[in-house]
Amino acid sequence: MLLPAAAVVTNLLFRNSPNLRDGLTLGAAIATFLVVLNILATVGNTTTDNFVLLEVMPGLELAFNVEPLGMMFAILASGLWIVTHVYGIGYMRGNNEDNHARFFACFSFAIFSVMGIAFAANMFTLFLFYEVLTLSTYPLVAHKGTLAAVKGARTYLSILIGTSIGLQLVAVIWTFAIAGTLDFTRGGILEGLIAGPPVAILLALYAFGIGKAALMPFHRWLPAAMVAPTPVSALLHAVAVVKAGVFTMLKVGIYIFGIDFLAATGASVWLMWLAAFSIIASSVIALTKDNLKARLAYSTISQLSYITLGVALATSMGILGGSLHVVMHAMGKITLFMCAGSIYVATHKTNISQMTGLGRAMPITFMAFLIGSLSIIGLPPLGGSWSKWLLIMGAADAGQLAMIGILLISSLLNVAYLLPLVGKGFFLKTPNQTGPTKFSESPTLVWAPPAFTAFGCIILFFYAGHIQAFLMPIIAAP
Amino acid sequence: MATQTVHHTAMTLSDHLPILQILIPFISAPLIVFIGRRSLAWPIAFIASAASFVIACLLLSKVIGGGIISYQIGGWAPPLGIEYRVDAANAFVLFLVTGIATLVLPYARQSVKAEMPQRTQTLFYALFLLCMTGLLGVTITADAFNVFVFLEISSLSTYVLIAQGSYRDKRALTASFNYLIMGTIGATFFVIGLGFLYMATGTLNMADLADRLSGQYESRTVRAGFAFILVGMGLKVAIFPLHFWLPNAYTYAPSAVTTFLAATATKVAIYVLLRFIFSVFQPAFLAETSTLEIIFYPLALLAMFAASFTAIFQRDLKRMLAYSSIAQIGYMLLGIALFSETGLMATIIHLFNHGITKAALFMGVGAYVLRSRSSFYIQIQGLGKTMPWTSAAVIIGGLSLIGVPGTAGFLSKWLLVQAALEQGYWPIAMLIVASSLLAVVYVWRLVETLYLSTPHSEQTIQEAPLSMLLPLWIMALACIYFGFETDITLGAAKAAAQALLAGSSGMLH
Repeated sequence: MLLPAAAVVTNLLFRNSPNLRDGLTLGAAIATFLVVLNILATVGNTTTDNFVLLEVMPGLELAFNVEPLGMMFAILASGLWIVTHVYGIGYMRGNNEDNHARFFACFSFAIFSVMGIAFAANMFTLFLFYEVLTLSTYPLVAHKGTLAAVKGARTYLSILIGTSIGLQLVAVIWTFAIAGTLDFTRGGILEGLIAGPPVAILLALYAFGIGKAALMPFHRWLPAAMVAPTPVSALLHAVAVVKAGVFTMLKVGIYIFGIDFLAATGASVWLMWLAAFSIIASSVIALTKDNLKARLAYSTISQLSYITLGVALATSMGILGGSLHVVMHAMGKITLFMCAGSIYVATHKTNISQMTGLGRAMPITFMAFLIGSLSIIGLPPLGGSWSKWLLIMGAADAGQLAMIGILLISSLLNVAYLLPLVGKGFFLKTPNQTGPTKFSESPTLVWAPPAFTAFGCIILFFYAGHIQAFLMPIIAAP
Repeated sequence: MATQTVHHTAMTLSDHLPILQILIPFISAPLIVFIGRRSLAWPIAFIASAASFVIACLLLSKVIGGGIISYQIGGWAPPLGIEYRVDAANAFVLFLVTGIATLVLPYARQSVKAEMPQRTQTLFYALFLLCMTGLLGVTITADAFNVFVFLEISSLSTYVLIAQGSYRDKRALTASFNYLIMGTIGATFFVIGLGFLYMATGTLNMADLADRLSGQYESRTVRAGFAFILVGMGLKVAIFPLHFWLPNAYTYAPSAVTTFLAATATKVAIYVLLRFIFSVFQPAFLAETSTLEIIFYPLALLAMFAASFTAIFQRDLKRMLAYSSIAQIGYMLLGIALFSETGLMATIIHLFNHGITKAALFMGVGAYVLRSRSSFYIQIQGLGKTMPWTSAAVIIGGLSLIGVPGTAGFLSKWLLVQAALEQGYWPIAMLIVASSLLAVVYVWRLVETLYLSTPHSEQTIQEAPLSMLLPLWIMALACIYFGFETDITLGAAKAAAQALLAGSSGMLH
């Protein structure tokens, strides 16, 4: 049963030789996806035993297992990898970027580490792949090699490595020192071993240490990383990297601390308020950004904090909402990013103020953008509505009425920063009639993927119930 | 006295391993000079060091479980005769020294050809073996004065080896001279300290010393002796304020010498320090004089930060790595200062891990020097593209230096933080990780130089020759291998730490 999990890892390793052709990578992507589906078919939503690859130190193992949350994350990442890869080929060729082999090799390597994160059976393994992911995405961010790219990549790396070594590592070792194990265990491993203020300190070390979750004030790397080519922004900064962050957050909340323990000690109340602050503050910043990718980056920060908020609420509904939001936001955000890339490929425009009237020329891109936006905002019949609904329920369960208010305000802010682009695109005329007026979409390989994921946002609305049922075991009593 | 020391009366070859460990390189060195043929110098040196490595492996496998081998030179019983004594702690160091030497030699061949005139090459290999003999002797002996003798053998040959760099850069001569002065002061202090101890006890065998010292901790003579030994060895270790000889020596020495010294010399000195402060003097003495609190903690922390900061602003890659070494020595001292089993394990394991990490890095630098004639950042810009294999190995070494999970450096850092947390020293744990962030900064400067800068000159630079790449990659892969496979390192470190903490009884078994 566990062999496929290992096979995913080895498969990918094997295919990472730098000379891979695009087609081979695509084959790998599809194979990975199929293997993950295969695991899903054989394992379902139960948790498997640990598959121990090797033991580094007594009690410190490199081990993998399959459990619902990781399963969901693996399906999401491997599925969207296929889409992004197709898009990446189109984008890279459409823009004549250099170093394709290095680009796609790092890309695959990043996905490999994401799989490692998804199937990690303990915090040590997860931490290891977390760092590998950071390092493998660094060349992607610096891909263009320009001064701006190098500076952005430097910020990216220093914040992510800084927080993970400076804070997360201490938290992990501390956990190991008091609990004697790092295995992800239902109900947590810390209960009864630590009490009082140290719980909140440990949680803080984790919450800030997981820099990929982009909790303020450690969010600067996300906008900085937007210098990367758009496929990278799309997959890594809307899906893989940031989702690895919040996924780690969820794992820590559920399997290290345990929701009941968090709720009982009240250690996460401050985190909840901080997440709320992040949600509102970054939405407001997003409003001020004219560069489309920067606006989307701040929107991501805000949406990630939804998930952190879900953990901090420490109720089963909150956790469920947070987990569901991982999927919904990934689908929505990847659509938006790919649309941004599509606009760039077709017109080389990056600022929203220049995009007036483009909707008539690029109807498919803009329709996809509209659907993605609506899903992020959380309107039915789109996927995003369910996760927001569950989060609100979670807030109500926790008796935090203020949080409901925050979520609602944030939705309104989402409307304010996402929809104007669509409106301008469709309803306003290009200012001096110099822009393209007739139908001139970007290449097929570039516009088809966002259309596909936009369609996915709609599908997810109807299948959210299944995902929810699939995830139920993670909140069941230990 | 759990296990009985085996006194060797019935002698087979395997019983003679401890002395062979020293004799093989020691005899081979003059042999090279006598034969005098340049073509034979390298093979003899290589065979000698490979044989030593095999012996070291055999010795390590015998004692890793916690046993002790005692060897009496010429059959004279210990307090009077000279005794060699192998336990987990020094067998591990022997393993490191001989292993590095065996890998550095194939690497040295090309590098020496390029950096030195032909006439000195034969002597170079002889000196290399002598230096190695000295380091091995310091490690294996259980006689305090013998430590001094071997220390001088290794130091004197080191001075000459460093001066060999003068064919590339004349400043090697002043670097070597500086080291000569500092090293001699250190050795003198050390021998003065030994004199005090001899005065107080009338013996020089370590176990015997420990035994007779135990009642005399109040004696001013003994305390003065301890202080002299600490400072003397501190100079050799390059404990932070006593480190001034190190950056220049590492920077201007020939690449092969730098690699060997960086990976072994300071490590052996740390071992001697450990041996003296834990086995000759009891752990109780340390606690009583609060040496750890007053000297080790502040100096270790200072080294970690001051040297790391200095490393960030260097313009020469070799010098940057030298300062990083000083910072890493701070970690090892900190492990000692934490004064627990985990702490000592961290020290011993870091000693090994840092040895292989630095060896990989300096080998990479040597390859750059061979191809681009310089190790300045500005000269090695953009070499990531032209020398992909070398650069990839250097990056692996750099990651291990930072302590990224999956590399050897991660384990030592993990143990160190764990040791700090076990004692409840919060701020120290935070300081350890903070200083490893400084390592991120200086390593990343290197990454950007190698991969993201435009090449300095138009001339085409080739990849390093295979004879250099192979040892380099073995080292780089070792950095990863020992990050996962820890039976040898962790096992030896654990046995060694337990024996050291047991004080002199750990030696007496």
